[in-house]
Amino acid sequence: MKEKFFNLIFLLAVLVGILALVVLFVDIISDGYKHLSWDFFTSYASRKAENSGILAPLAGTLWLISMTAILTIPIGISTALYLEEFASDNWFTKLIKLNVSNLAGVPSIIYGLLGLAFFTYTLSLGKSLLAGALTMTLLILPIVIIASQEAIRTIPPSLKDAAYALGATKWEVSRTVILPHSIGGIMSGIILAMSRAVGETAPILIISSLVFITMVPSGPMDRFTVLPLQIYTWAAFPQEEFRAIASTGIIVLLFILISMNSIAIFIRLKNQD
Amino acid sequence: MQNSYTSRKLTRRKTEEFIVVNLLRLSGLISVVTTIGIISILGVNSIPFFSEVGLKEFFTGLKWTPLFIPQNFGILPLVNGTFLVAFIAAITALVFGLGSAFYLSEYASRNFRKIIKPFLEILAGIPTVVYGYFALTFVTPIIQFFFPETIIFNALSAGIVMGIMIIPMVSTLSEDAMSAVPISLREAAYALGAKKYQVALRVVFPSAISGIVASFILAISRAIGETMIVTLAAGGKPALTLNPLEAIQTMTAFIVTVSQGETQQGSVEYNSIFAVGLLLFFLTFIMNIIGRLIVTKYAQQYE
Repeated sequence: MKEKFFNLIFLLAVLVGILALVVLFVDIISDGYKHLSWDFFTSYASRKAENSGILAPLAGTLWLISMTAILTIPIGISTALYLEEFASDNWFTKLIKLNVSNLAGVPSIIYGLLGLAFFTYTLSLGKSLLAGALTMTLLILPIVIIASQEAIRTIPPSLKDAAYALGATKWEVSRTVILPHSIGGIMSGIILAMSRAVGETAPILIISSLVFITMVPSGPMDRFTVLPLQIYTWAAFPQEEFRAIASTGIIVLLFILISMNSIAIFIRLKNQD
Repeated sequence: MQNSYTSRKLTRRKTEEFIVVNLLRLSGLISVVTTIGIISILGVNSIPFFSEVGLKEFFTGLKWTPLFIPQNFGILPLVNGTFLVAFIAAITALVFGLGSAFYLSEYASRNFRKIIKPFLEILAGIPTVVYGYFALTFVTPIIQFFFPETIIFNALSAGIVMGIMIIPMVSTLSEDAMSAVPISLREAAYALGAKKYQVALRVVFPSAISGIVASFILAISRAIGETMIVTLAAGGKPALTLNPLEAIQTMTAFIVTVSQGETQQGSVEYNSIFAVGLLLFFLTFIMNIIGRLIVTKYAQQYE
């Protein structure tokens, strides 16, 4: 009797999480599907809800993510490679490792403050895409490093030892054995980190403040807005119509994130074979 | 001839190795520089704030009104709001996360666990602005249905939704702690005739308690630093209240409020967001360190 009761209680706890997920998706789709049309993707934000679209934030998100990826990927993989293969086990290495895991726990809004004071004002980059991308890079770098380290660690030592036995240097082993064998795991980690960056609002809001942007950025020094920031702006309006298009924006955002996650899972599964 | 060729090649390889090692080391340094950058930027911009406002007013003042005249800079209302929401979130996450951990670790079949875990993980991957929208437009009306006096912006709605978001974190950490409890302990209890729930609650739970406590601390830390849910759903009114049905303002939401407008760089309002950020950084930093220390310590317990 009691046995069944506890079994049920614990199962219910699991189901609450799943149920919340289902309710969230149903709520957002039912609020937002009406506004989903081709025009929504090709229009700028407008003072009228029914004319509003996500062209500027969608372009801003694409720009921001591409620039962040270009900056993050080489630095992230290099750091992971250094920590796993090159660094000797001394206090400096321990410091970097401890530091990386601490950075992963720093609230994203703090990175926004760092970006505002350092990139926007000290380096005079203003409220530009470049300032945003640099901030985002620092934010997701710890995630990329940790994921890459885990991917590198899964390589059997025998593979590396074989190459070392042939007289290869550490860099030759890294280039010919480690990177080719761990690239799948690294890529899936990077895509997951990028999807985190796509959904981040707070740091971008701090750097770029609330803006009404009706243009597609044409270069890294342009001002910009991103999809989650536009969703925030619409959701914060008291009018019902604007909240409805906020949920339409959320549908697009979630679609992008689910696609990215599916690709990451696909790469990981393919890599396991 | 052959010899000089190999030796030239060897030198080239050595140079290449030297360059690569130092390039890699340089990228490792970026993470250290980031931490130094965060602390010094927060510190440097806070100094003019504290010299103008004073530590005493900051930590003991009961009013926080930097954007109005007269300006007051007592941080307590913001700290109160932050912890009120974080506490509601952590309790929500603990109840459902711990229950899930019990089920996944002690009851679920391997297949069930394999299917259900990725779905739970999705909760952690949904952007916080989406949760903020959900709290404001779905959860708040439900709360208002049961408690009609509830303000549109309230701590309860934001807290519950944030709790849902961190269920996977609490569940994973607690499940890890439970799986680390040796089978022999469970078998000893079964041999004495214990039922499954008795093993779960009286053997596994106390043995895994440090990991569970750690997950609770890390959950609070995560909740303290969360921004978009509280900005959208919890309101913008700093208040010293424990009533979860009222509007409050968190430290993070205050930083957002100031940043939304075009604040003059160097003004006391501009500097105040760095002072609040500094406090936020230290709070989460200390909680993360404590949480991680407990996790590492207990991980060695059964080795």
